[in-house]
Amino acid sequence: MLLREGLASILDRAGHEVRDAVSDADTLLAVVRKSPPDVVITDVRMPPGHSDEGLRAAAAIRAELPDIGILVLSQYVADAYLSSLLETTTGGIGYLLKDRVGHVTEFLASLDRVAEGGTVVDPEVVRQLLARRRDDGPLAALTPRELEVLALMAEGRVNASIAERLVVSEAAVRKHVGNIFAKLHLEEGLDRRVSAVLTYLRS
Amino acid sequence: MKRPDSAWAALASRRFLVSSWPWRSYAYLLSSVPVGVLTIAVLLVGGVVSVALSPLIVGVLLLTAFPLVGVLIGIVERWRAQLMVPGGIRSPHAVMPATISRRERSRFRRREQASLRALGYGVLLGVLIWPLSTVVAGMCAAILGITLAAPVIAGLDEMAMGPWILNDPWEGAVFLVLFGPPFYVVSSYLLGCFAAAEAELAKALLGPREEELRRNVAALRRSRLDLVDAFETERARIERHLHDGVQQRLVGLTMTLGLAELDLPDGEGRRLVVKAHGEAEAALADLREAVRGIHPRVLVDHGLEAAVREVADRSPLPVAVQVSLPGRLPAPIEAAAYFVVSEALGNVAKHAQATRCEVDGWTDGDRLVVTVMDDGVGGADPAAGTGITGLVTRLDALGGTLDLSSPTGGPTRLRMECPCRLDD
Repeated sequence: MLLREGLASILDRAGHEVRDAVSDADTLLAVVRKSPPDVVITDVRMPPGHSDEGLRAAAAIRAELPDIGILVLSQYVADAYLSSLLETTTGGIGYLLKDRVGHVTEFLASLDRVAEGGTVVDPEVVRQLLARRRDDGPLAALTPRELEVLALMAEGRVNASIAERLVVSEAAVRKHVGNIFAKLHLEEGLDRRVSAVLTYLRS
Repeated sequence: MKRPDSAWAALASRRFLVSSWPWRSYAYLLSSVPVGVLTIAVLLVGGVVSVALSPLIVGVLLLTAFPLVGVLIGIVERWRAQLMVPGGIRSPHAVMPATISRRERSRFRRREQASLRALGYGVLLGVLIWPLSTVVAGMCAAILGITLAAPVIAGLDEMAMGPWILNDPWEGAVFLVLFGPPFYVVSSYLLGCFAAAEAELAKALLGPREEELRRNVAALRRSRLDLVDAFETERARIERHLHDGVQQRLVGLTMTLGLAELDLPDGEGRRLVVKAHGEAEAALADLREAVRGIHPRVLVDHGLEAAVREVADRSPLPVAVQVSLPGRLPAPIEAAAYFVVSEALGNVAKHAQATRCEVDGWTDGDRLVVTVMDDGVGGADPAAGTGITGLVTRLDALGGTLDLSSPTGGPTRLRMECPCRLDD
């Protein structure tokens, strides 16, 4: 309730149109089918089961209407949930901690990226994924700066955003990205690089 | 030579007549007299008094105390039965924790089936057993006594044994030699059988019943499982409560503060709002951590393997996770295993000075096995922390075990085993 109202007011202020604000997964599916929006924002847990109804609704929407971007918010993020989101799709998906909504500018940027078909992954999840691979050979070969760039890439950021974040030039970021892909033996394709990085980290 | 382990075995033994068993039989049968008389007296007086007072509340209270008399009879009779039952008869009463008050104790005992059974035995003892024992043992003892004393009696007076009149000590001695041994043999076996049968009856009525024991154990196990289950339910409820309440409010707060940041001009006011925003986020992070310790969401939604991976990811040292399970396990078992791993990894990070750690989980038949190993300094003491003790209790209720091997110098190895099913 509280969250829904807060989100609606943030979106309103940013000039987005809030089509509907609903409180359970079934109603969500119904209103999305009736008038498809650009992006659906949903919680992982929803009444009545308070389990992962939101995720299941997201999967259903993705299967029926693949053009709709989906941003999933959660009280708590874990890699285990990411898999059920990424399985069905390669883009137009976001998975963020609810706390991130408070950083309004960044949150709106993430929303735009999802609407454009990009992927957004919470830094917390990326941290978990990197933690798992820390003894791994290829990752150990990356410089600390390259690891930073890799983490930001996994979050779904584009070069410009990474450059801004690290206070370097975009050209420098491009160079780091090139090095990373070479060291990890990954194919570099700009449109698919987030899923390539995530797949690598999760394998 | 092996000592007979029951009165029947003693009767079958060839050494019966020269053993202590005939005399024990006498002692057992004759000692039933004072006990039986006292019992029937107490029961009769108690019964009459309580019936007379039954219009008053005292009479009713007295009636409800009767099973306690049964308990007392049981104690005395089990003690007496040691004469005939070499191992003694075990008490059928449930053992009560020392913390229970006297009042509670007596209430429980009054309702116990074993108490009523003992009371029934008391009635039998008072009405039937002691008179019968008196007749049989008393007659045998009298005849034996007269036979032994025959030379003396015949010397003092004359003694008629059917058609045979004994009237001097020599005739008495001849009678003793001729009649004594056969009578001793016959009476010993007769009394032996009689006493053994009585002891058997006492054992049946005053001892524990097999199905009663089994039922008690099963009920105990069920109630412990219920407790573990109630624990899980309660944890889930608390987590829901936090998720729907406090956490949502804090998220709302961060959003409001985020919006305020946008509107405020640079300056002291804005700086304070940004600070407040950071603090609200820290509170959310702390709350998330606490919730994870109460009822981990990943465990519920994705099972043990995902949850163990997640806990391993959060550990400050590298943890290799190798978990392969056939499917989901019952929630209390998954939770127990998860908290074992979580607690163990926490301890490794805090105390072990390890450089790496390994978590393995697999099923061996119908048992779940989870091990946590590190290459640290060892010397872990399971008694030092309350964390491990709590886990042991929890596992115990599920029929599982926790073993810790941690020699000084390491490595430390924790092994948990637990049945994969709840119902057995």
